[in-house]
Amino acid sequence: MINTVYRLVAPGMIDVACTEPDLRRSILLRPEYLSICKADQRYYLGNRSREALKAKLPMALIHECVARVIYDPTGTHRPGEFVVPVPNMPTEKDDVIAENYLPTSHFCSSGYDGFLRDYIDFDPARVVTVPDGVDLKVASFTELISVAVHAVSRFDRFAHARRGFVGVWGDGNVGFITALMLKAMHPETKVYVFGTVYEKLNYFTFADGIYHVDHVPDGLQVDHAFECVGGEPSRYAIAQIIDRIRPEGVIGLMGVSESPVSINTRMVLEKGLQLFGSSRSGLQDFERTVQLLHTQPKLVGYLENIIGSVVDVRTIADIHAAFAQDISRNFGKTVMKWDK
Amino acid sequence: MVYAAVFAGGIGSRMGNSETPKQYLELGGKPIIIHTIEKFFVNDRIDAILVLCPKAWVSNTEDLIRKYLPAGKPVRVIPGGSTRNGTLEAAIAYLEANCDVDDATVLVTHDAVRPFLTHRIICENVEAAAAYGACDTVIPATDTIVESADGQSISSIPDRKRMFQGQTPQSFRLRELEQVLNSLTESEKASLTDACKIFTLKGKPVHMVQGEVFNIKITYPYDMKVADTLLKGKEHS
Repeated sequence: MINTVYRLVAPGMIDVACTEPDLRRSILLRPEYLSICKADQRYYLGNRSREALKAKLPMALIHECVARVIYDPTGTHRPGEFVVPVPNMPTEKDDVIAENYLPTSHFCSSGYDGFLRDYIDFDPARVVTVPDGVDLKVASFTELISVAVHAVSRFDRFAHARRGFVGVWGDGNVGFITALMLKAMHPETKVYVFGTVYEKLNYFTFADGIYHVDHVPDGLQVDHAFECVGGEPSRYAIAQIIDRIRPEGVIGLMGVSESPVSINTRMVLEKGLQLFGSSRSGLQDFERTVQLLHTQPKLVGYLENIIGSVVDVRTIADIHAAFAQDISRNFGKTVMKWDK
Repeated sequence: MVYAAVFAGGIGSRMGNSETPKQYLELGGKPIIIHTIEKFFVNDRIDAILVLCPKAWVSNTEDLIRKYLPAGKPVRVIPGGSTRNGTLEAAIAYLEANCDVDDATVLVTHDAVRPFLTHRIICENVEAAAAYGACDTVIPATDTIVESADGQSISSIPDRKRMFQGQTPQSFRLRELEQVLNSLTESEKASLTDACKIFTLKGKPVHMVQGEVFNIKITYPYDMKVADTLLKGKEHS
């Protein structure tokens, strides 16, 4: 079958291409809602190195979406069912290294086509059913939520048992979702959020404390921390975390930076800290995320609040309009209703 | 019930030196007609598919369907007529005689040589035919349309903003289509080759469904090159 794919061919330029999915092997999904990620925006704006753009384009953007099952040759999923496809595509099995850290894994909208397609043709084993009742616009950014769930799962693995106070640095989407999922998975833990914009911090009503980074009370300390700032400012966040964290705490690094970030290693050594990186997520994280959204419906309510806008997409011009809206927003998610 | 009728009746007289009807030419490793049938095969708004092809190609078409399509939705192959209206009548006659048909039944008709249609176009055709009785898939005209009564000089240039180019699918409530076709004289049937035009001439509304520029009809060798180019990008996936 011929499938239509909407590819970024150069920054700001989207063009039509066609692929040929194999009906005997692929499940066919029809995108329902798609969500724009900052990584997509970096490609769209050309804010990646020339080498990266040359290596990865042309490709269809978007790796966050909820889709309707159209056709499943395996009969596992019934037509009409809503699912989220897992954009990480492992090509080998490893008993030690998680699928999202294997260098051989592929990733949709990072060198491989993302979900801006007429049909998403996919491995039937790599989609997760969305339970009835979960808001589909929220389900569209399940991938981002699963990244937070993955980071908290890694925290569970690495952090010592004293988890009374955990800090989350960053008042953007990743900070919001990480703090929310941390609280959902560790309700007894006091979650403190540190940011730079009070208007954004006011969204974190579920947190046990919100602090402007310039006005943190003297003596406030945390057992562990997550850095969700990214970019150049992440060095200030990491410095403040090292300053405020108690000995032997762990620091989860989640913010993406295009350039190297300096770290006060003297204090890392002195306090015996552990820093761990966390990036993307795998099938199990998606399954756990969907389960959490189903069993704790309050989470969906909080997550609905960060949907900045929903853009109907019937033309390529509408896709450009969605990206333009997204770049002008400093907080919240831009969701596209796919009607192309 | 919603039926798709894929019209594969052309003998490809405009397709260069090829002896094979154009709908059977390969595009990206499969015959064009298979690509087109697959679009209806996977769409859950379509209950069954009827393929109307030249009588001599019925068995070949059945073989191709068996070879390329998985089991599932019913796909029947029958001979088409000698004209487009004849093919339309053959489809209606087959459905009336062999299938579950009532006043709400919708027929989505489509050219076998337009394999690039999309999910949305099919769904909107089904919805518009059910709601309005008939619909045509169109895109805004990009070229200025010039009318000439004698083929020598321009008699008028219509306002381009009001001009659209017709594509397919064209879709209908089956029973209404049947009535309209039955109301035509034999000479009208021979001269009026577009079912939507017939509806319009009979004063019946025809809703417009937004098509796509790339929903091209593969008619000339040039079109085949364009289609090949569209598929060239597939190795990036």
